[in-house]
Amino acid sequence: MRKLLVYMKPYRKECVLGPLFKLLEAAFELFVPLVMAAVIDRGIAQGDAPFVWRMGGVLLGLAAVGLTCSITAQYFAARAAVGFCARLRHALLEHIQSLSFAVRDGLGSSTMITRLTSDINQVQSGVNLTLRLFLRSPFIVFGAMIMAFTVDAASAWIFVIAIPLLSAVVFGIMLWTMPLYKKAQAGLDRVLGVVRENLTGVRVIRAFNQEENEAARFGADNGSLTRLQLFVGRIAAAMNPLTYVILNAALIALIWSGAWRVEGGFITQGAVVALVNYMSQILVELIKLANLIINMTRSLACAGRIAGVLETEPGMAGGTSEGPADAEALVAFEDVAVTYPGAGAPSLEGVSFRANRGETVGIIGPTGCGKSTLVNLIPRFYEATAGRVLVKGVNVKNYDLQKLRARIGVVPQKAQLFKGTVAENLRWGRENATEEELIAALKTAQAWEFIETREGGLNAPVEQNGRNFSGGQRQRLTIARALVRRPDILILDDSASALDLATDARLRAALRELPDRPAVFVVSQRAASLMHADRIIVLDDGKVAGVGTHAQLLESCPMYREIYHSQFPKEAA
Amino acid sequence: MAESQKKRSGTLKKVLARVARYRLSIACSLLLAALTVTLTLYVPILVGRAVDLIAGPGRVDFAGLARILATIGAAVALTALSQWLMSLINNRITYQTVRDMRADAFRKIGILPLSYIDSHPAGEIVSRVIADVEQFADGLLMGFTQLFTGVITILGTIGFMLSVNPVITLVVVLITPVSLFVAAFIARHTYDMFRLQSQTRGEQTAMIDELVGGQSVIQAFGREKKCLDDFDEVNERLRRYSLRAIFFSSITNPSTRFVNSLVYAGVGVCGAIIAVGGGLSVGQLSCFLSYANQYTKPFNEISGVVTELQNALACAARIFDLIEETPQAPDAPDAAALKNVRGEVAIEDADFSYVPERPLIEHLNLHARPGQRVAIVGPTGCGKTTIINLLMRFYDVDRGVIAVDGAPIRSVTRKSLRASYGMVLQETWLRSGTVRENLAMGRPDASEEEIIAAAKASHADSFIRRLPQGYDTVIGEDGGLLSQGQKQLLCIARAMLCHPPMLILDEATSSIDTRTEARVQEAFARLMEGHTSFIVAHRLSTIREADIILVMKDGRIIEQGRHEALLEKGGFYASLYNSQYAGLA
Repeated sequence: MRKLLVYMKPYRKECVLGPLFKLLEAAFELFVPLVMAAVIDRGIAQGDAPFVWRMGGVLLGLAAVGLTCSITAQYFAARAAVGFCARLRHALLEHIQSLSFAVRDGLGSSTMITRLTSDINQVQSGVNLTLRLFLRSPFIVFGAMIMAFTVDAASAWIFVIAIPLLSAVVFGIMLWTMPLYKKAQAGLDRVLGVVRENLTGVRVIRAFNQEENEAARFGADNGSLTRLQLFVGRIAAAMNPLTYVILNAALIALIWSGAWRVEGGFITQGAVVALVNYMSQILVELIKLANLIINMTRSLACAGRIAGVLETEPGMAGGTSEGPADAEALVAFEDVAVTYPGAGAPSLEGVSFRANRGETVGIIGPTGCGKSTLVNLIPRFYEATAGRVLVKGVNVKNYDLQKLRARIGVVPQKAQLFKGTVAENLRWGRENATEEELIAALKTAQAWEFIETREGGLNAPVEQNGRNFSGGQRQRLTIARALVRRPDILILDDSASALDLATDARLRAALRELPDRPAVFVVSQRAASLMHADRIIVLDDGKVAGVGTHAQLLESCPMYREIYHSQFPKEAA
Repeated sequence: MAESQKKRSGTLKKVLARVARYRLSIACSLLLAALTVTLTLYVPILVGRAVDLIAGPGRVDFAGLARILATIGAAVALTALSQWLMSLINNRITYQTVRDMRADAFRKIGILPLSYIDSHPAGEIVSRVIADVEQFADGLLMGFTQLFTGVITILGTIGFMLSVNPVITLVVVLITPVSLFVAAFIARHTYDMFRLQSQTRGEQTAMIDELVGGQSVIQAFGREKKCLDDFDEVNERLRRYSLRAIFFSSITNPSTRFVNSLVYAGVGVCGAIIAVGGGLSVGQLSCFLSYANQYTKPFNEISGVVTELQNALACAARIFDLIEETPQAPDAPDAAALKNVRGEVAIEDADFSYVPERPLIEHLNLHARPGQRVAIVGPTGCGKTTIINLLMRFYDVDRGVIAVDGAPIRSVTRKSLRASYGMVLQETWLRSGTVRENLAMGRPDASEEEIIAAAKASHADSFIRRLPQGYDTVIGEDGGLLSQGQKQLLCIARAMLCHPPMLILDEATSSIDTRTEARVQEAFARLMEGHTSFIVAHRLSTIREADIILVMKDGRIIEQGRHEALLEKGGFYASLYNSQYAGLA
């Protein structure tokens, strides 16, 4: 939590001035009953009309000063809250960007998005309200009590009893209902979940004739939610009547004891009116305080979650090497193993091979066998836990991360584009690529055909996440993006899965003709996509089941044979 | 304009019809509200009278004071009681209305035609059932009570004040509306700022969504700095807009409080001057002062309530739109249940389109004899799933007939038709619940042995056992911790458990690796033995054993026949098939 306060630092001034002006306003508010008491005791009792007018002026003055103070306070509070959260959002995104793949996998994207959006918004309103109200409400409550003592100490003891009683009711009911409301919220989430499931799974539900069961499930959740809400409602409904009774009981006591004091000549009639006024100010502020506390706990929970993300270690530090200009093997794996944190068995072990310039390496194997893990080690998205991964003869751990990744063109499994234009997306590969280079890359990636005819061509807009392109088109654009980089190493991580077979074949042919002769890594489940590779690595459950050319593997590797036969039943013979 | 007016009054009528069953409760609630307000307003008058009895030393009327204080006590007790009862009644009306409306909406979802569900984003329907219903109940019912109490508070206050002193009443009545104007003025001017803020916030959220989702790519291409710069630009804009929106809207409270203070000062001075002339007692003045403190409150509330009521009505309209949507045509009254299905499927001269202007399937004919395998082939997005929609009667054909065992599917119950198919869809869908519940979805009565046997047959058993709680592992909405391939295996097992006479497989195995797929195919082959099946798939190798191949392109069926015949024909299928071997040459 302390970690977050750092971002408040530039707003230290606002954090002091905001509450301070708020206190000033409250102080002026506390003077009002005293002025009225004076009006009654001197103005009315002695028939002093000019004094009444003067006091009227004082009331107006107090109101005006109060308004000024409070507007000033609102400004400082808003400034601090908004500024703090803008800085926090920047810092949080920057931190998230620095996290390694493994750490991010652990957090999950939806978590990170919630932290960056709704959690921070909640913190913002929490900070704003706290700066405005947290000091004001207790100040008014205790201020009213202290003022009561200055008016008449003997009657003020009623305040001493009433305040704790009122607080007990207000906060007691709040403490009691808060977890119940949370439960009700969870119940609502369940109801929402059932509705959502029934929409997203409508085909399966109807195919399995589950409509009635689902209706029963919904009815049960809906009914128990209503019962819970009614229960909480019953408790919460007691708050107003109870506080009303306590407050008025205190008023009755105040008037009765005031009557004795007046009879004895200790205080005046105006003083009794002032005491009554102070009493009525207390309740409003206590309720405000209770609401503020609910809001603050919610914000604190959000802040805690944000701090949790900020405190995660980035997980990986880069080296300083830029790598040699050239070396005989572009990529070499030496007895590499990877064990993910918390996993019982290694996801990859005993992997050794080399890939030279212009060579194609195919990686094949069942789901979850470690194919993606293997290629993700080359740009050091993940860390080898044993053995060495060498790029141009230098261990990837010694590379400056940016320099290492600048040599590699990665086409990830999930085809991800960003809002902007086609050209802007392609230039992620290389900032200064010319239009001709972009078109050449698009042609190789078999994407030029649909970009050429698209309105706007290279400058055609790309929507958020590239959703205005089909899955196959997105894949081809991401391939083009990696090609624009003119990489030494090109990694295609199952990135032709949405392409029809004819396009896939043309793409493979075009990649073989690349002028820079990069080492190409192709991860695929289709034997057809990689059987012409110079070397095929067959993985099974993290272990290498075979390495060799298509012909060699057909001879020697039963696993490869099985995969191949399942896809080409006749030609296998 | 007139149209929307009409719609609004139509909605209002429906709302009234809906709460009619609570009319007794509503009447009680209003009665109690009136009682509460009257008593609450009466108390300050009593306090004022009490103060007047404490004029000064030796001038205190203790007997009178005791009587008044006792009256106050009784009034307060009665107020508290009626306030409490009112809350309970209101809660009951609100929550039960919410419950009933949600139930109605959910029942509707169960019988809506798929065309409606397909054409409306799930999030939108969910928000109608959840958020709109909530807002409707809160806004309309609570808003109404608030409006009612507000109005009688104002009228009551004016009445009580008039009965005490008309001149001071005039002061209060004249100054108070100023706070309304101030509030409205600020609201009008902050509206644009809030719009800008929420617009920018939306922009930023979309950006965050993209940046977080594409983090791997950003790191791979070393774009962290550049993306952060873009983000900062939006972030700074948002900061400026938020500051303005928050600050200007937060002026409202101090300003109305200021007007309140003006009223207070006005009452204090006028009252005191009149009191000096003997026209008002000190107690009456203190009563006025407490009125002055409360009087502006209902005004501020009412101005909020009006927008809330309008909003609630808009929500109600959206809910009614859903509840009153035309449901799918019910089963024919004489619809028979399909029994002992042999699996003969015939499609005769069928036309179908999702949108009338764009004909999709025309003159489709297909005859699958019992036990035959029908493969549906074509490039991505060619409309292969349309056939499934028609077979399962998710959609009805526009013309022509689809028949199972010679019985047109419109003449049999949907339930029995769908129970005759085992379906594994491309989008694997699992419900939140345990693995076991998911597997037994189609047959809740299945025994443990049957469930495990089905899981084993579809190669799901081994990974299920490795899950934290095995078959009792709870999987969240959308499958949660399972991989795509594992989810598919579960879907296959789920279908297997039902032993359906006919099968529909929609690219079911496309994201399972080929080795597992081979095994699943094996299991399916066993399962499909003697059962008619329809398979949608990319991989030609998996379907060339099919008895009938439907080749689709752009939503139409362009070729139909066996593998060899189609190859010989040298058409679209042939080129599709040959392309797989382009790398071999």
